[in-house]
Amino acid sequence: METPQRNIAIELVDVERSFGRQQVLKKINLVVEEGTTTVIVGASGQGKSVILKHMLGLLKPDRGQVLVYGQDLTALRKAQLKEVRKDYGVLFQNVALFDSMNIYDNVALPLRERTDATEAEIRANVEEKLALMDLEGVNEKYPAQLSGGMKKRVGLARALVMDPRIVFFDEPTTGLDVSKSNEIYRLFHKTQARLKYTAVIVSHDVPKIFKLADRVALISGGVIEGCMSPEEFQLSDNETIRAFVRETMGPIYCSAEEERFIHEEA
Amino acid sequence: MSEQANSLKKPTQGVLGYIPALLERIGAESIYYLEQAGRMGIFLFACLWNAIRPPYKLFPIVRQIHFIGYRSIFVILFTGSFTGMVLALQGYYTLRKFGSEGLLGSAVALSLLRELGPVIAALMVVGRAGSAICAEIGIMRNSEQIDALECMAIDPYKYLMVPKFVAGIISMPLLTFIFDMAGILGGYLIGVGLLGVPGGSYFQEMYRSVDWADVEMGLVKALVFGLLIIWISAAKGYFLHLERTGGFGAEGVSRTTTSAVVLSSVAILVWDYLISAILL
Repeated sequence: METPQRNIAIELVDVERSFGRQQVLKKINLVVEEGTTTVIVGASGQGKSVILKHMLGLLKPDRGQVLVYGQDLTALRKAQLKEVRKDYGVLFQNVALFDSMNIYDNVALPLRERTDATEAEIRANVEEKLALMDLEGVNEKYPAQLSGGMKKRVGLARALVMDPRIVFFDEPTTGLDVSKSNEIYRLFHKTQARLKYTAVIVSHDVPKIFKLADRVALISGGVIEGCMSPEEFQLSDNETIRAFVRETMGPIYCSAEEERFIHEEA
Repeated sequence: MSEQANSLKKPTQGVLGYIPALLERIGAESIYYLEQAGRMGIFLFACLWNAIRPPYKLFPIVRQIHFIGYRSIFVILFTGSFTGMVLALQGYYTLRKFGSEGLLGSAVALSLLRELGPVIAALMVVGRAGSAICAEIGIMRNSEQIDALECMAIDPYKYLMVPKFVAGIISMPLLTFIFDMAGILGGYLIGVGLLGVPGGSYFQEMYRSVDWADVEMGLVKALVFGLLIIWISAAKGYFLHLERTGGFGAEGVSRTTTSAVVLSSVAILVWDYLISAILL
C-alpha cells in the first residue's frame, strides 16, 4: 500500500521526564504527521497527559527533544515558544474556560488579545464557530451555567477560533455519556474535514476513538509501544498492545489468529 | 531481635545523632525560601517589564482601577474619618495638659499624612483587593486557566498582572489622600464640633506645620505599598501550585490567600519603618 509522503508536525525524540523519584516518561519517541489524527491511548496514570503537556511546552523534558515543525521547544525562548503556540488549539480535560467571562468573551479572547480584528470581525468569527458547534443563544451565559457536553463544545469552539494548524485534545469525552461523546466525535470529524488541522488526541475511550484515528500509539511503562494504524494496532503481535487491546476491548477483537485466517482467505 | 538492637543503639548516639537531620532541615528550608524569593523577584521583574512594553491596553487598567480603587472608596472614607476622630479625641486630652489644644489640627494632619493614612489605607486595600486578587489568580491557576492562556499564546503577565499592577500603583496614592482628607474632616468634627477647639486655629496650625515633605512621604509610602500589595497577592496566587503545603483545591486557595494577606500586612509595616527611616 502506498502512502503519500507527509510533513512531520510534531516529533518527540528520546523524551525523558521524572517527577521526584518517579520516572513517568522513560524514552518517548513519537511522530505526528501533518494533517493526520494521532491518538495516544494507555491506562490511567501512564503519562498520557504528561506527553501532551510536553508537546504544548508546559513541561520541559529532563532529556530529549520536542520538535514542532522542526523547532526544538526545549531550546526556545519564551517569545519564540509563544510564536509556536500561535499554531495551537487546545481542548483541556477540564475545558479550562475562563469562569468569570461569558461564553462569547471566552471564545473571543484569543482574537481580542492576539489579532487587531475589529469587534465586528470578531463577532462574525465567534458566531460562526459557535454555530459550527451547534451552540446558539448561549453567548451571554457563563461556563458554570452550561452542561458538561456544552462546555466541551465551547472549549472546542475556543480552540478552533484562531484556525490553528495543530489541535490537542486531552480526554475530549471524559465524563460525558455515550450520546454526548458521539456528538463531540461528530463535531471533531466535521471541523477537521473543514479546517484540515493536525489532531493529537489523548483518550482512553477505546475502541470508539479508533474510528477517528489515523495512528494509534500506546503508552505503557513510560515508553511508546508502536504508533500504527488502528487496524494494525488491533492485530499487533506486540505483547503489551495485545494485553491492552484484550483488556479494553474484550477478547473478541484480539483474536489475531482468526483474523489472519480471514485475511488470508480473502 | 533487630528492634532490640536498634533500641540499644539509639541512646549511645545521644543528641549528636540529630545533628545531620537538623542540618538537612536547615538546608532544605534555606533552599525553599531562597527559591521562593527568587521566584517572587523574577515575577516582579516580568510584570514591570511587561508593563512598560507595548501594546498598552487602557480598558483592562480602567476596570482594575474600578475594582481596586473605586470600590474601596467607601471603606476608606469610613475608616479614615473614624481614624481622624479618634486621633482628635486622644490628641485633645494629651495637648490640653500642655495647654496647647490649638495644635490639634497639625497633630491630626501630620499623623495622618505621614503615618496612619498610608498604612491603614494600605491594610484596608489588602483586606479588600489583595485577598480577592490572590484568590482569583489562585483559582485560575488551579483550574488550568493560566495554562490555557499560555497555550493560546496569551502572556499571563501581560494579560492578567499588568493591569492589576498599574491600577494598584495609581489607586493607592489616591485612596491614601482620600483617607487623609476624611481623617482631617473627622478630626475637625470631633475637635471643633464636640471639644470646642477654635475652628480657625485647627486649620491655621495645620497650614503652618505641614510641609511638602510630609505629603511626599505619604505619597512615596502609598506608591510602595500599592506595589507591595499587588506583587505579593498576585505572585502568591500565581505560584499556588508550587506551595509546599500543597496548593490544591479550595483549601489550597484559602490557605494561600490567608498567607498572602498576612505577608502583605507584615511587609507594609516593615516597609513603613524603612521608608520613614530613609526619608526622615
